[in-house]
Amino acid sequence: MTAIVASLLVACAAPTEAAPSVFESPVTPTPEGRIDKLVLAKLSKLGIPPVLCSDAVFVRRVYLDVLGTLPTAKEAREFIQDPDTKSKRRLLIDRLLARDEFAEYSAMKWGDILRIKAEFPVNLWPNAAQAYHRWVLASIAEDKPYDKFVREMLTASGSNFRVGPVNFYRAIQNRTPDGIAGAVALTFMGTRTESWPTNQLAGMAAFFSQIGYKPTREWKEEVVFWDPLSTNAEASNCASNSSTLTATNIAPQTAVFPGGKRVKLSPDRDPRKVFADWLITPRNPWFTRNIANRVWAWLLGRGIIQEPDDIRPDNPPSNPALLAYLQKELVASHYDLKHLYRLILNSRTYQFSSVPRSDAAQSEANFGSYTVRRLEAEVLIDNINKVTGASDLYTSAIPEPFTYIPSDQPAIALADGSITSPFLALFGRSARATGMENERINKMLSAQWLHLLNSSHIQRKLEQGPKLKVIFDSGHKPPEMVEELYLTILSRFPTPDEAKIAADYGKPGQPKTAKRREDWVDLTWALINSSEFLYRH
Amino acid sequence: MTLSLPMSRREVMRVGLFSLTGLLLDHRQLFGADSGSQVQPVNAVAAGPGAIKAKSVIQIFLWGGMSHNDTWDPKPDAGYDYNGSMKNFLPTIVDGITVSEWFPKLAKQADKYSLIHSMTHRNNGHETAAYLMQTAHMPGERLAYPSVGAVFAFFQSKDYKGLIPPYVVLTQPQGRFSEEGFLGPRFKPFATGGDPNANRFEVEGVVARGIPDERQKNRRDLLQKLNTMGSAMAASPQLTASEEAKKQAYELILGEGRAVFDLSREKAELRDRYGRHTFGQDCLAARRMVEVGVPYIVINYPGGWDTHKDHFQTMARQCPQLDQGLAALLEDLKDHGLLDSTLVWCCGEFGRTPKVDWQPPWNGGRNHYGNVFSALVAGGGFKGGHVVGASDAKAEEVKDRPVYPVDLLGSIYQLGGIDASAKLPHPMGQDAHVLPPAAEGVKSGGLLTEIM
Repeated sequence: MTAIVASLLVACAAPTEAAPSVFESPVTPTPEGRIDKLVLAKLSKLGIPPVLCSDAVFVRRVYLDVLGTLPTAKEAREFIQDPDTKSKRRLLIDRLLARDEFAEYSAMKWGDILRIKAEFPVNLWPNAAQAYHRWVLASIAEDKPYDKFVREMLTASGSNFRVGPVNFYRAIQNRTPDGIAGAVALTFMGTRTESWPTNQLAGMAAFFSQIGYKPTREWKEEVVFWDPLSTNAEASNCASNSSTLTATNIAPQTAVFPGGKRVKLSPDRDPRKVFADWLITPRNPWFTRNIANRVWAWLLGRGIIQEPDDIRPDNPPSNPALLAYLQKELVASHYDLKHLYRLILNSRTYQFSSVPRSDAAQSEANFGSYTVRRLEAEVLIDNINKVTGASDLYTSAIPEPFTYIPSDQPAIALADGSITSPFLALFGRSARATGMENERINKMLSAQWLHLLNSSHIQRKLEQGPKLKVIFDSGHKPPEMVEELYLTILSRFPTPDEAKIAADYGKPGQPKTAKRREDWVDLTWALINSSEFLYRH
Repeated sequence: MTLSLPMSRREVMRVGLFSLTGLLLDHRQLFGADSGSQVQPVNAVAAGPGAIKAKSVIQIFLWGGMSHNDTWDPKPDAGYDYNGSMKNFLPTIVDGITVSEWFPKLAKQADKYSLIHSMTHRNNGHETAAYLMQTAHMPGERLAYPSVGAVFAFFQSKDYKGLIPPYVVLTQPQGRFSEEGFLGPRFKPFATGGDPNANRFEVEGVVARGIPDERQKNRRDLLQKLNTMGSAMAASPQLTASEEAKKQAYELILGEGRAVFDLSREKAELRDRYGRHTFGQDCLAARRMVEVGVPYIVINYPGGWDTHKDHFQTMARQCPQLDQGLAALLEDLKDHGLLDSTLVWCCGEFGRTPKVDWQPPWNGGRNHYGNVFSALVAGGGFKGGHVVGASDAKAEEVKDRPVYPVDLLGSIYQLGGIDASAKLPHPMGQDAHVLPPAAEGVKSGGLLTEIM
């Protein structure tokens, strides 16, 4: 296999015609580790020659994927000009994984999956949504091992305001044993119980048939607890609007693991713990595969099993050996997710160019090129604000009194899906209703273009944003200003062609040195509306 | 990631849903070169048997929940604890219909609408009640159902090819729930933003302040030239779809779509009749959209009706505007020959407590109340001049003929030619119907056949 890889790499080292070099590195990609070997073996079979991305593309990509935030002009410039080509990418990855925004941005993704939302439809209530988010954020910030993170959620008891992870069991629309089992399977096994045989779901639901919910004297406080007296047949504490329980054909004291093994529930042990013991172990076929595949999907834009939360026998991984390797690494690192991030980010596979050399769909499906995708709603508006120096107002109109978020807080740090803005709604932020990954929709629609191209919301930022003002009023020569705008917005230097187009833009006949303010606004507008700004690439 | 609809792309094209890349489609002929206040109504039809009666729907959503006691179901004998400072009750031109003192103009149009006095769902939470009133489904399933507007957009866009999106909200989105539900973002309502009562109605994204067409074109060219990655990856399916969506956006920005929002093309006298306030001009903008065939328009009532405090002051200020705008809309639709083909419905997610809460901090406020409340329906196949159902002596409970959300929406769907038992494309392949089937046990008092 090594020979195949080597010949492939030689083949793609030859200079190719298309894509401008600004996006690609002339350096031949050599396999950096096991990931690359496994991916390249597949690619060579398919005849897909991958190309490495340029430093400029890399710096932008890794900031966006790890922090959900653009590099500043200074950060981009320093990285691109750093002569240490051997290790600068690795060192940057380490620096970024240590930054606070990593936890904020990860918590945003988890917020979708764990359905952190005060209001409709999961109705956690604001204090509970905040407590839930705070716990998730702190867990990520302290590098809590993933297995511990999940166990705390699955076995938590206590007040929704005080014990963050109990809200896992509250952030479910259908709080019946079946509904809870469905949420557990989706979240931690990456599988949709809709496709399961009914009795399989019922068997698993029995583990969640003794969860009680009771109010306290504090307004909207609710205690989640193990209630051994509650059974499927009299689950009166479960959601009042729940439909009929379908788990009644299972004797209350027997539960069945999704693999088929039956277990008698003992009256002195919380069945949630019995389930957690089964799930959270390297031997479990679901647990590690789900998270390894999810993290891969977050970074590469698609899962080895796609979609990442639709794992089932008839949806096999596109590269089984690759997924198995990631799982092995995760287990060996004791479920250190940052280890997995580091491994993937340092692979040449992650650093491939996004400009496909062959059929784009096939190339992306086999990780022969990085999948371009529009920035998430929160990341997009944060980046627009970062570039312009403007800010947005995030509010929740319910319950009263209305919630307002301080203007210096970025959208990725919003704890609660009910705290929002028209922009976030328009650009497909997750409704956090189901915990499914595809609730978030990163696709350009006409109405979104109207907003980006021509709304007063964006135009105001371009005309009045304080950071842009600093550039516009800097007194620097136009070519320097163009360069600064490119580094700020696109994280790279302009090409000579681009520099010329930018210099020529303006009123016909006017001297190039005398650009009007509105010409600079238009130039900024064009860069912000370019695919290069709007998409991860 | 897209939700995968269980319809192939080809099928989607064949049944004529609008473009996969966005809400907007090119269909310039709806806007003739002489478009203006004399836009030819493409929407006036004589409804024959089996025909779609409601070609367009205008939903005036009184979000927050408007008091029924103080408006369309007044109880003159209920006393001070129920009526507060309101003392006068107006007869209308229809015998047996009485409205509160704040609706003199609607009193003169009572032959054009019917009032439902027995709406009920017994839910007092804004979001759940708003969901119930616009989907008729109980929350609790994994995916949220689309609102009635999204369902209309989904079905009626077969015949609608206008530049303006099929589901528009004036001016701010409701944001109570994701109105597109599992139909996905293509069916999200287009929120106009701006203020139709301003000198220029600056529809967000369509009509920009201070950017003449020449500059629009110049910067569009500049973007084209500087879109280096877009050009390098022109074959990428994501970017191709995105470029297509951008082209459609420019049809509105630089094309003729924006004329519909130019209210200055209307006579000043007519604009006055609608009222020189945001709600009044919302109604006028809605009529102009109906003229070009937009299937579903929501007017999300500016300011809302969630009057826990300052209740009577707010009512005295807002009711006359609602009265003026809505009365003018009904009359104007009639004058344009559009009332028979345009369904107008107006209500909140619930009513408000019939008994005034005089305790602090409310000091004469009314709170959420879903046990009984009122709705107004007109046109599009609904008869005018009737009252459906009745509340009890103080409008605290339904007395006769309960009307549940499923009954109201079912009637609207029927008049819109939408089969309420039709399946919706559920992204997880589950059985999903426009309205919940009877087997789900949703309460129903029957369709509003008495006024259809």
